[in-house]
Amino acid sequence: MRETAAQRAVVTILGWGVALLLFFPILWMFLTSFKAEVAAVAVPPQVLFEPTLESYAEVQARAEYLRFALNSIVVSLGGTLLGLAFAVPAAYSMAFHPTERTRGTLLWMLSTKMLPPVGVLVPIYLLFRTLGALDTRTGLVVIYALMNLPILVWMLFTFFKEVPKEILEAGRMDGARTGGEFWHLLLPLTLPGIASTGLLSLILCWNEAFWSLNLTSSEAAPLTAFIASFSSPQGLFFAKLSAASTMAVAPILVFGWLSQRQLVRGLTFGAVK
Amino acid sequence: MATLTLRNVRKSFGGFEAIKGIDLDVADREFVVFVGPSGCGKSTLLRMIAGLEEITDGELAIDGKRVNETGPADRGLAMVFQSYALYPHMTVRQNMGFALRMAGVPRAERDRKVAEAARILQLETYLDRRPKELSGGQRQRVAIGRAIVRNPKVFLFDEPLSNLDAALRGQMRVELTKLHEDLNATMVYVTHDQVEAMTLADKIVVLQAGRVEQVGSPLELYHHPANLFVAGFIGSPRMNLLPATVAEANGAGLALELEPGGPRITVPSQGGAAAAGQQVTLGIRPEALRPAADGPLYGEVRLVERLGGLTLLHVALAGGKAVVVQIEGSDPTRAHQPVRLAADGAACHVFDAGGRALPAPERHPLAA
Repeated sequence: MRETAAQRAVVTILGWGVALLLFFPILWMFLTSFKAEVAAVAVPPQVLFEPTLESYAEVQARAEYLRFALNSIVVSLGGTLLGLAFAVPAAYSMAFHPTERTRGTLLWMLSTKMLPPVGVLVPIYLLFRTLGALDTRTGLVVIYALMNLPILVWMLFTFFKEVPKEILEAGRMDGARTGGEFWHLLLPLTLPGIASTGLLSLILCWNEAFWSLNLTSSEAAPLTAFIASFSSPQGLFFAKLSAASTMAVAPILVFGWLSQRQLVRGLTFGAVK
Repeated sequence: MATLTLRNVRKSFGGFEAIKGIDLDVADREFVVFVGPSGCGKSTLLRMIAGLEEITDGELAIDGKRVNETGPADRGLAMVFQSYALYPHMTVRQNMGFALRMAGVPRAERDRKVAEAARILQLETYLDRRPKELSGGQRQRVAIGRAIVRNPKVFLFDEPLSNLDAALRGQMRVELTKLHEDLNATMVYVTHDQVEAMTLADKIVVLQAGRVEQVGSPLELYHHPANLFVAGFIGSPRMNLLPATVAEANGAGLALELEPGGPRITVPSQGGAAAAGQQVTLGIRPEALRPAADGPLYGEVRLVERLGGLTLLHVALAGGKAVVVQIEGSDPTRAHQPVRLAADGAACHVFDAGGRALPAPERHPLAA
């Protein structure tokens, strides 16, 4: 089927429309962060205004952005690495040595994601308090790894499933043991998949707010807590809130944009032979 | 030097028994072919020998040493897979050298062995290519090369030619025979193609539903099938199998009637093998039938297949049964023509009601 120029134009316009709709809140936040407080709440909203860095300066003066950012980086990377450390062996065993319980286990893991996190907030909070893990990076790393584990295992399972079993069997016949099989065969063959799983985990960890707000206060607080600290106590100062939010989402946005290619390649890995 | 011994080997998947107790001896340098219809357990049996499937019960020994509990990496065998299972991210050189690399063989020696295997298989110019840049036949060669460089005790082949086109398959068949001669190695080969089995094997093992139906040389299986299954499976076109009744049994042989009072076919037989009135199955190879004006069988030619060197007549017999007749050369017989057929009694097979072959009075000279 060939599309006409008109059809292509409609699709293009629709595409841009949807993209704009999705991107608009972020764009507006970005614009607002360069307004003065008065201009930020003006009715009707101002599209043309005199840009100022006043909000950024004030945000910077009141909170140490870098400390929050460092926490975000550490807990996102830590949570992702810890999650992968458990998910890769789990997915390997499920994909290549399945038992009759494998399907059930996978579904059960996914079902835990259907439970609202707030449902286990009290027990987790009490556990963290008892273990002295409140407001520690280690605590957040552990909870992030646990939180993403079902998704990581599922994704890796589907990637591993794409690898023909015979290739690993040939490896075993060639004298490779489990370690060699993983390092020389499975890893190079599924690297795009593992990478995109890791990227997704990084993004999910970075954007996570519920646990970071409830389990940290100052020492281990990541950027989500940084944003939140500008929303409640002083009332609504939109320009400052926008500046803080822009600073918080900018790194992951740039990172996501740079790794988009890899992410898409990984997510469609094996779909087209 | 490598022998394989299987003693009452069994395999169960859950409650299903796929391999039901197999005893087999593979001698040193023997080319053994497992053949059977799909689902007969031949690939499972090969994978059990390889160590890729656990052995549920019984014993497997390589060179007299029990290896049931030994992993595939330590059995010293090499396997060529149906799908080739080449490592897609490695070059041909790396693919062939992988086993040596795993074994910690120094690079120089590795390269030498890979080069030697590449020379045997005429792959020298492809060493730096990846599998996806190769044709099916070349991939097949790489898979064989990967097995050769290891210098294994036993080569295992799991339907290695089934993904190739007919011409290439014929060519590879010849090369495999040559390879077996050159390498002087023990080989176990799985196929569902009885032509491959006949042409390659020193010894054929016919499997059905997890059991061995018969073990023997290709000509032994062809001329002296032990039962109806082997008779129908080995040989192309298939043996004609016709229900018959023993009309008369004496020292010289059996007189068989295809229908009561109908024409008789006399088959030489050992005395006392069957009694008059007994129901049997008469097996006649297509080449043991020929058109003859005074033949006891009567029917109409339904279809003529002319292969040039051979002519196949598909004949519907008067009793309703169909038979295939194979004639040397180009025969003038045309479709829808009535025809009388005679059978070479000495080349006929008789099977009892249980499907077992009645013993033939004489062995075929080549069927050792």
